[in-house]
Amino acid sequence: MDLSDADQGSLAEVKHVILVLSGKGGVGKSTMTTEIALALRHAGKKVGILDVDLCGPSIPRMLCVGRPEVHQCDSGWVPVYVDSSKSLALMSIGFLLENPDDAVVWRGPKKTALIGQFVSDVAWGELDYLLVDTPPGTSDEHLSVVENLRKHKLDGAILVTTPQAVSTGDVRREITFCKKIGLRILGLVENMSGFVCPHCSECSNIFSKGGGEDLAKLTGSPFLGCVPLDPQLSSSVENGKDFIQAFPESATFAAINNIVQAVMTSLEAS
Amino acid sequence: MSDVPSNAPEHCPGTASEQAGKSSACAGCPNQKICASGAPKAPDPAIEEIKEKMVTVKHKILVLSGKGGVGKSTFSTQLAHGLASDVSKEVALLDVDICGPSLPRMLGLEGEQVHQSGSGWSPVYVEDNLSVMSIGFLLSSPDDAVIWRGPKKNGMIKQFLRDVDWGELDYLIVDTPPGTSDEHLSIVQYLSSAGIDGAVIITTPQEVSLQDVRKEIRFCQKVKLPIIGVVENMSGFVCPKCKNTSQIFPPTTGGAEKMCADLSLPFLGRVPLDPRIGRSCDEGRSFLSQEPDSPAAAAYHRIIQSIKDYCSHRSRTHGNAD
Ligand SMILES: Nc1ncnc2c1ncn2[C@@H]1O[C@H](COP(=O)(O)OP(=O)(O)OP(=O)(O)O)[C@@H](O)[C@H]1O
Ligand SMILES: [Mg+2]
Ligand SMILES: [Zn+2]
Repeated sequence: MDLSDADQGSLAEVKHVILVLSGKGGVGKSTMTTEIALALRHAGKKVGILDVDLCGPSIPRMLCVGRPEVHQCDSGWVPVYVDSSKSLALMSIGFLLENPDDAVVWRGPKKTALIGQFVSDVAWGELDYLLVDTPPGTSDEHLSVVENLRKHKLDGAILVTTPQAVSTGDVRREITFCKKIGLRILGLVENMSGFVCPHCSECSNIFSKGGGEDLAKLTGSPFLGCVPLDPQLSSSVENGKDFIQAFPESATFAAINNIVQAVMTSLEAS
Repeated sequence: MSDVPSNAPEHCPGTASEQAGKSSACAGCPNQKICASGAPKAPDPAIEEIKEKMVTVKHKILVLSGKGGVGKSTFSTQLAHGLASDVSKEVALLDVDICGPSLPRMLGLEGEQVHQSGSGWSPVYVEDNLSVMSIGFLLSSPDDAVIWRGPKKNGMIKQFLRDVDWGELDYLIVDTPPGTSDEHLSIVQYLSSAGIDGAVIITTPQEVSLQDVRKEIRFCQKVKLPIIGVVENMSGFVCPKCKNTSQIFPPTTGGAEKMCADLSLPFLGRVPLDPRIGRSCDEGRSFLSQEPDSPAAAAYHRIIQSIKDYCSHRSRTHGNAD
């Protein structure tokens, strides 16, 4: 095998690589990754999702692919295509584990080693965007993903937060993390921002409101927008349905679309 | 269970692994000889020191969840406040979330620092009978990020257990980070000799969360950690205007109660999604004392009572005084 070719790796034909991060768990990283991917596909892009959450992979369920068998070709693992037009590809590290429960008792170093290998070992082929969904926090796994992606290509990170202080506090530390390791912040998303009662249309700020935008100002990071708390979104994600296709009229769709437009503009301009 | 010494190289397979001393990562590691010799792996001496230290702590409870953001820290603080409302009990909270410590804020202790005393680090007190320890007290600013690899986090947790001046305690509640990472393995391992009463597992009603929580339950089984029970959080939102309930996180597969029935685990109860809980936490106040008449407070009280009952039953059957 030609070594310089191997060095280029499987990301050679991938135009943009974006990490989805949050210092806080459960704020909707996997949901945003899924919806941003679907919205990019609707915009006519070829998209891949790399799920590196070893202990809690959610994307396979959110895209309704279960636990497929994966195969290897010369240039690495072949991702799973979600649709027949092959415009959305998924590779989850969970697919590689013989017994997915084993990973729960693995220490950082073991996970790091596996992730490091995995990141550059998927045969993506040609992609406009590769989104990388990460586990919560800033741990060994994140450092390893960044170190390994960087060898090939890494545009930057989208940070997800919910509006309440407990969450923005963690994301504030995450911003320091990004700055320390020199990772570009493409922008902040404030998720679960306000809930409109389906019975009376009253808006309740269940997890407060505005915290993400304030944090973006405070830290001088671009603000990409707010996504409301939407039961139609959570049930689409639960059942692995395409929200973007099912509810194109909703305010949530508009919000997600704006975020995607902002990201495309910022990446495709430069 | 695998273990990684603090001076181990990056890809250490763990001292208990078959590969110990033999994998390529072991080259140059100071422990390689011992590992490769296959000699019985000596347990970390800290485990016994921690056991000594924990003699004065009656009950140790872990709060866990495989899923992020389901409300572990919120529950831990309410549990602590609830237990400490009995002034004859001494309660402490330990935050082992090294990368995302939220307890200082939730308890209104942001900006506090720990002090070194003759017998170790002194925890920070919320009330006379409620103390807290968190890495948040060791950071100098809200921007500070702790970017540590596993072994370094483990060292910190060891210190929290061994070197903090906990004093006489009725309850030590340990709040953990999301998922199952080094922090979880370490806390279970370091407390293995001292003994943990059990774990309270928190989840939200939807399957995306339950699928991770099932993994956490398997984790508990693998490391032989008893499960006190499961709490379903953010269960239904009651509109303050029209009083109708919305299932924001729909229990599409039957929620935590069904999961508990399937796995024969105790179901401890449901806490509704109440924006006032989040607000109390952001402001660092006790929700239980601010909204004592709310349905959420009533739910917390019932759950806390079950946990108390579990612990006192456990002391009777395990013979330590209560
Ligand atoms: N805007 C929203 N409206 C309604 N529900 C949402 C929204 N965003 C996320 N959710 C729901 O919240 C839950 C948590 O989201 P998700 O799993 O994407 O978070 P995460 O940050 O990936 O979590 P983890 O830290 O565990 O990986 C999911 O059930 C999801 O459906
Ligand atoms: Mg996720
Ligand atoms: Zn209403």
